[in-house]
Amino acid sequence: MTTTEAKPITMAAALNAALRDAIAEDPTVVVYGEDVGPLGGVFRVTDGLQAEFGENRVWDSPLAESGIVGTAVGMAMYGMRPVVEMQFDAFSYPAFEQIVSHVAKMHNRTKGRVALPMVIRIPASGGIGGVEHHSDSSEAYWTHTPGLTVVMPSNPADAYSLMREAIRSDDPVIFMEPKSRYWSKQEVALPVTTEPIGTAKVVREGTDVTLIAYGPTVATALETAEMAEAEELSIEVIDLRSLSPFDDATVGASVRKTSRAAVIHEAAQFGGFGAEVAARVTEREFYHLAAPILRITGFDIPYPSPKLEEYYLPTPERILNALATWEWELP
Amino acid sequence: MSLNVETKPTVGLPDPEPLRLIDDEGRAVRSSARQGFELPPVATLKELYRRMAIARRWDTQVTALTRQGRLATYPSALGQEACEIGTVLAMTEQDWLFPTYRDSIALMTRGIDPGELLQGFRGDWHSGWDPKKHRTSVQATPLATQALHAVGYATAAKLNGERIATVTFIGDGASSEGDTHEAFNFAGVWQAPTVFVVQNNQFAISVPLSKQTRARTLADRAIGYGIPGYYVDGNDAAAVYAVMSRAMERARRGDGPTIVECLTYRVEAHTNSDDPTRYRTADDVAIWKGKDPIERLERYLVSQDALSDADRDEITAEGERKAAATREAMSAEPVLDPMDLFAHVYVNERPSLVEQREFLKAEGNR
Repeated sequence: MTTTEAKPITMAAALNAALRDAIAEDPTVVVYGEDVGPLGGVFRVTDGLQAEFGENRVWDSPLAESGIVGTAVGMAMYGMRPVVEMQFDAFSYPAFEQIVSHVAKMHNRTKGRVALPMVIRIPASGGIGGVEHHSDSSEAYWTHTPGLTVVMPSNPADAYSLMREAIRSDDPVIFMEPKSRYWSKQEVALPVTTEPIGTAKVVREGTDVTLIAYGPTVATALETAEMAEAEELSIEVIDLRSLSPFDDATVGASVRKTSRAAVIHEAAQFGGFGAEVAARVTEREFYHLAAPILRITGFDIPYPSPKLEEYYLPTPERILNALATWEWELP
Repeated sequence: MSLNVETKPTVGLPDPEPLRLIDDEGRAVRSSARQGFELPPVATLKELYRRMAIARRWDTQVTALTRQGRLATYPSALGQEACEIGTVLAMTEQDWLFPTYRDSIALMTRGIDPGELLQGFRGDWHSGWDPKKHRTSVQATPLATQALHAVGYATAAKLNGERIATVTFIGDGASSEGDTHEAFNFAGVWQAPTVFVVQNNQFAISVPLSKQTRARTLADRAIGYGIPGYYVDGNDAAAVYAVMSRAMERARRGDGPTIVECLTYRVEAHTNSDDPTRYRTADDVAIWKGKDPIERLERYLVSQDALSDADRDEITAEGERKAAATREAMSAEPVLDPMDLFAHVYVNERPSLVEQREFLKAEGNR
């Protein structure tokens, strides 16, 4: 691992660097999944890793997600730190049983005798014109499962740092990678260490309203804040980064300051992660709230086909409109 | 060590007649019908008999304790002792076992303390022993899921250059699960040192084998994965032991996985809450009770003058000792701390769980 000069890198490149540095540093780290070998993954996140480290560290597995995660459980029991890829969000569902019934529960079931240090990488969410089953936001399935740690970076620096931390963690981590941000660039000198798992970050300060976002919607929220300036509306933006554990302190402090909050996510609204955010902020900060917490999210419909996804995804216009028509004052 | 397989293995279909080395009447099967396997030495057969008899006594005791309400549930392995003990005795201490809920006698035979072993069925905690100490994973309830853990563990060991094998038990019902297919296939492609023991006890709770598969045998599947498959009389401990020993040696040697189907019968109900009279006749059960694996081996040992009264006394005494120890362990009320509910969910402490633990603690102090 060498320290580089700050230069613009994409999130995909940052993740690739994180995996490379982890494999180089720790002989127990192995990477496998579908197409992660010579192809370097369909998003090139594992590009060049097999050539550099060989087929015993980075390899193509049979095409079966339950098999990928289930074998990773055994490998982690042995003492490996497997980092496995689910290729696309909706392709993780065959592994649901292994993740929910074993990955999440082994440490508890064995009274702490068996930890499962493993990372399940899930390229997630939409906005890239993907056909059906390629654009799901599955975070609520995972955050609803005790025993899992769920993170979702929004930028290259966090992607690198959170991935390194996820691989070092003795708890299993669901690592959701927002596909629409894979090619977004940021000036970063690697290796970089940002705030740890469990920490949300105020990425733009404001005084009138807090937008709580994560993964792909952080950019949407920041764009909204820019546009709102013209209307003299001061928006604070929080990048959650870590969905589970959840940083109540950072979110609470912001809401106490602004008195108003809206959660922005791509996933459908009903039973979504935004409901949890709204509920826990309300429970903790009720007396500081001047308005109910809004959820500006995908509709309660299956993720649309590519030519209709623009109507589904929360946009700055939709967010600003929601804020404008919000019931701000208590009766 | 590479996960790449350079050559395609040549494997055929297993013999449609289950392999047996000792027949129902306790006679040694003639050499020409042994499919290339040899009868294990008498000392080994005696140990198989001894361990099976002790396991039977113990299993019966645990079923009785369950009927008395000391345990919440207990899936008995009565009648399946040859599969369970024949497998365990073919393992070394270094090998790992990935069992199911049906395999408690295997775990007891592997040395897990009954008090720890039965914590899950009593309801104290989901699993009570240290898997690393006993090189025995938790008893999986979601069917076939543990087979993938066995393949993953074995592959990691292989990558690390460690010459061990892993064993997993799968039932005939579980053979219909997708994870069984994925485990067979991953093991084949990665040449994982894993032996799959398919205990075909002919019932998945109430559903008979004919509703699980159209195939001639479950071991027939092996050919499709490029894995050797054996179809074994699962009530013949000698045959199970002989086939398992060869499969385990092969795996440890680095020659890959094996699928071993053991044809047997679940004599008891699925669990204490099951009513088998609704789906099978007493006559069927009686036929299979007549094929009892322990009586069969006993007849053979007696015919060889290999079982003395002193042997029998020792086995009975050991069985009674195990049963008494288990009665004692299960009669003591467990000391449970509700705060443990929060202690092991994560390795890294979670503020939200600390809050909830304190909430529960305060509730207790009201």
